[in-house]
Amino acid sequence: MKHVNLRIRPRKWILAILFLAGTGLSILGIPGEPTAIRPGETREMALRREAESKAAFESAYHVFMSPRCMNCHPAGNVPLQGDDSHLHTQGVRRGPDGRGLYALKCKNCHQDANLPGEHMPPGLPTWRLPPEDRPMVFQGKSPRELAASFKNARFTGFASIHQIIEHVEKDPLVLHSFTYGTRPPLEHGEFAAKVREWVEKGAVLPDK
Amino acid sequence: MTLSPDINRRQFIRTAALATGGLIIAFNVPAAGKRRRTGQEPAFAPNAFLQVGTDNSVTVILSHCEMGQGIWTTLCMLIAEELDANWKTLQAVHAPAAPAYFHTIYATQRTGGSSSLLSEFDRYRKAGATARQLLVQAAANRYKVAVQDCRTEDGMVIIGDKKIPYSDLAADAAALPTPADVPLKDPANWKIIGKRIKRMDTPAKITGKAIFGMDVQLPGMLTAMVARGPAPGAKVKGYEAAAAMAIPGVRQVVAIPGGVAVLADDFWAAKKGRETLQVDWDLGPGANMNSDALLKEFRERANKGGIAATNTGNPEEAFTRAAHIVEAEYYQPFLAHAPMEPLNCTVQLSADKCEIWTGTQTQTDDQRGAAEITGLPVEKIFINTLFLGGSFGRRNITRSDFVREAVEVAKASGKVVKTVWTREDDIKGGMYRPAFLHRFKVGLDAGGTPIAWKQISVGQSVMTGGPFEKLAVINGVDMFSIEGMQTAPHVKAVKDQRIEVNTPEWPVSVDNWRAVGLSHTIFAMESLSDEMAIAAGKDPVAYRRMLYKDEPRLVGVLNLAAEKSGWGAPLPKGHGRGVAVFEAVGSFVAIVAEVAVLNNTIHVNKVTCAIDCGIAVSPDGIISQTEGSIAFGISTALYSEITFRDGKVQQRNFYDYPMLRIHEMPQVAVFIVPSKEKPGGVGEASVGQMIPALTNAVYAATGKRIRHLPLRNQPLNGHLQDSKLMG
Amino acid sequence: MIQLTVNGKTYEVDAPADMPILWVLRDKLGLTGTKFGCGAAQCGACTIHLDGEAIRSCVAPVSRAVGKKIVTIEGLDDSLAKPLQEAWTEVDVPQCGYCQSGQIMAAAILLRDNAHPTDRDIDNAMTGNICRCGTYQRIRSAIHMAVTLKTSAAAVQP
Repeated sequence: MKHVNLRIRPRKWILAILFLAGTGLSILGIPGEPTAIRPGETREMALRREAESKAAFESAYHVFMSPRCMNCHPAGNVPLQGDDSHLHTQGVRRGPDGRGLYALKCKNCHQDANLPGEHMPPGLPTWRLPPEDRPMVFQGKSPRELAASFKNARFTGFASIHQIIEHVEKDPLVLHSFTYGTRPPLEHGEFAAKVREWVEKGAVLPDK
Repeated sequence: MTLSPDINRRQFIRTAALATGGLIIAFNVPAAGKRRRTGQEPAFAPNAFLQVGTDNSVTVILSHCEMGQGIWTTLCMLIAEELDANWKTLQAVHAPAAPAYFHTIYATQRTGGSSSLLSEFDRYRKAGATARQLLVQAAANRYKVAVQDCRTEDGMVIIGDKKIPYSDLAADAAALPTPADVPLKDPANWKIIGKRIKRMDTPAKITGKAIFGMDVQLPGMLTAMVARGPAPGAKVKGYEAAAAMAIPGVRQVVAIPGGVAVLADDFWAAKKGRETLQVDWDLGPGANMNSDALLKEFRERANKGGIAATNTGNPEEAFTRAAHIVEAEYYQPFLAHAPMEPLNCTVQLSADKCEIWTGTQTQTDDQRGAAEITGLPVEKIFINTLFLGGSFGRRNITRSDFVREAVEVAKASGKVVKTVWTREDDIKGGMYRPAFLHRFKVGLDAGGTPIAWKQISVGQSVMTGGPFEKLAVINGVDMFSIEGMQTAPHVKAVKDQRIEVNTPEWPVSVDNWRAVGLSHTIFAMESLSDEMAIAAGKDPVAYRRMLYKDEPRLVGVLNLAAEKSGWGAPLPKGHGRGVAVFEAVGSFVAIVAEVAVLNNTIHVNKVTCAIDCGIAVSPDGIISQTEGSIAFGISTALYSEITFRDGKVQQRNFYDYPMLRIHEMPQVAVFIVPSKEKPGGVGEASVGQMIPALTNAVYAATGKRIRHLPLRNQPLNGHLQDSKLMG
Repeated sequence: MIQLTVNGKTYEVDAPADMPILWVLRDKLGLTGTKFGCGAAQCGACTIHLDGEAIRSCVAPVSRAVGKKIVTIEGLDDSLAKPLQEAWTEVDVPQCGYCQSGQIMAAAILLRDNAHPTDRDIDNAMTGNICRCGTYQRIRSAIHMAVTLKTSAAAVQP
């Protein structure tokens, strides 16, 4: 039996363990520790940046979950409707491509622009739901869960999370959602800025 | 296609040969009158109800109007059966407005109360039989044979191997004296009545060719929309038309009684014009209508009591002898009709006549209303009745509200004009089924039979102020407010009873709605029967069997519906069956509904209906009307209510006055009881029963008793419109 | 002036760009088979086909139809119209009939795009069309029948 000398000096062990533990704890996102410390950052700066990232998302979260956004990101295959986000009437369903089914496709009633008058369907040329194979569900998600979804390329279809910024800044459906009915709680510009802030400050997952 | 209005139903028309050798009908044409044609000159028109063309086709002239209930076909069946016409050559037309076409009971030209067959079962058969007899006599005379040697088939008189088309015999037949009393066919020999006959209006309705009132187009016609008051009875104080007149296509803005009309080249311009119209309204007393306060006022009135409709014995004393006491109060809302075709009426008014095109059930009332407005005699008011795109009572308004309004628009503007209503106009436009509160205290003996009955019913009168007021309102009580209640067998039998009616006068306009009083009385009565059954510890079907033990037709449908629905067979948790049985419009109907209540959502899974409507003239017609009534009743029970805030109706369109849709339609099975009794009505026979069958089923499924409608307001409801959709 | 193609014919129409196609069809072209039921895309009575998709013509502005093909009930292709009309007749679907143009135009899309529709598919296709007379049960069985008729017609075709 060959004896391997495993004796390492205790202090190095302790440092090694602490380092590993710290890294491991960071990976686990344990509160109190930054997930990453960027070059030039102290631990405190990182903590602050990450707190701001979370706060930015939590602010944007209320927009994502407001009816004008969430109604087209339902948990099921029926879009939501109205400020109380009830199931859309008339039996419409997502369909494989998110554009609806048969004689009840989204664009059958929703035109290329909003129609004037109460209870008339709003509209845009690209009016639709996400497709069945990538439904991009917002409904029912906590801030943490939603943020995690946005970081998942399979959810967003974005190779990089930075593409989310351009999406919320420029996508016509997003822009349109701020222009009619009961508005989301932030103006579009504010909302886009919050999303940018979240991403640029590390896309940190909120605690809950 | 219309005929001259001058047909006197007591005269028979004689044909006369023209110099050209053709055959024409000589109607009683007044000197200055214009005669209308059916398209081709008829060869034979022995009475007001049928004509035989020179091509041997048969035109049946309908004294009642087609609104979906199928009389377009059913009345033709009556003629064709007795006439022995070739069914393939039959065509139907709506009659013009004329005394010849007066309802045999109501002495005016009208369709309603599920009474078309009641009115016409004998008359149309006699018309066909009389015509046939004349034709046979003419053939017998010509060929010098006995009448018994002639037979008829497929539009021909057959003598030996000779086949003579009816059109060939027309001139001779027309010259014969009209027989007084013509025998009708033995029902055993019926070839058409009682058989499955395809509807004659289907081909037009599935190709877009059927013309409804909304589709009428005349040269130079304008389209008008009327701005009506936001509260019932509101009056125009003033209006500003400049903005409306500036809309391209808007031609004119005129005031009429109760509103302001915008006339334009087309619907869209008229709508945009009306949207920009500024009208200053005096809201009037209608502004005080508030649904929040209404239930309270209903209850106060119930507490106060009303005029006694029945008052016998001593109910208070009888209660002391009762083994069980059941107290219940049922409250049902105002309802709109919402036929798929919004109201419309086209009017062409000139100095000497007024011609109207619309879907209407009240031709005589419309003529009288137009005569009043125009000053023309009734004979100068011509009504062209088109297919009605549904009615459910909305086009059966004796005060002719929408026709009068259209005549006013024509008169004020001097134009040929089609006045159209939007869906919002329709939902907000009044003539509602009144809201009703029925409060009961019933004492039952140990076996469950009612021995004491106290009732107060509160709601507006639909018949007051109309032509049937004298018939229907007796000692201040509108019988329709308690329709079917005092005459129910188990109520009639109660010696100690007091039924009172308190009739508010509110500014909301109320009128006929499908099944009229039965639309709300049956919900109350059959919910109560269920509550009585439970108090007596009896199964709801067994209980009703006991109540109606002396009523074979009620028991007959009850047993049939119970059997076919599997009543009593076990159901999973959350599922339940409910039953209702009642007599309506001369027919007897029992309905069993089977529901599942899951996640606070009601799924109506199965409905079984047994109907005894006497002789079943058109079995498939009966089934389709009953299927439709069931959908109508479910829709009403689940969703329908009209509410007011500060006089304004809060509902506008189908997004807030929702309708049952295909995914919510249960499986429906309808069973017709074979009968030789005279035909009862069908169009309104089942609506009232469907509602309590449904709510009784909800009770069976959940233990929750429903006493207020609609169900969507009840706490157990979720998103009913998506009841079968998993999100 | 707007140029429209309706049921294979070309029309020059003087209509404002925001006029719904429904009123162009009915009031300008006299094609009254397509019906007005609600004006708010709630009931489906106004259903037409625009480049092969069902749309609610009571809310679709005529500007949307420029350069596209409109098909109404009057011009529905025989391959769809015949099985539907035959089934509708066999089952005697219509009562008042006012909603039926829209029902048939909606059913035509299902018939065209699904060779074996289930009851769920029928719900998904037809729930947008209201029938106040309550002919839903017959619409459902007529659609099933039309599918069979269409399939057997196709089988007979060379």
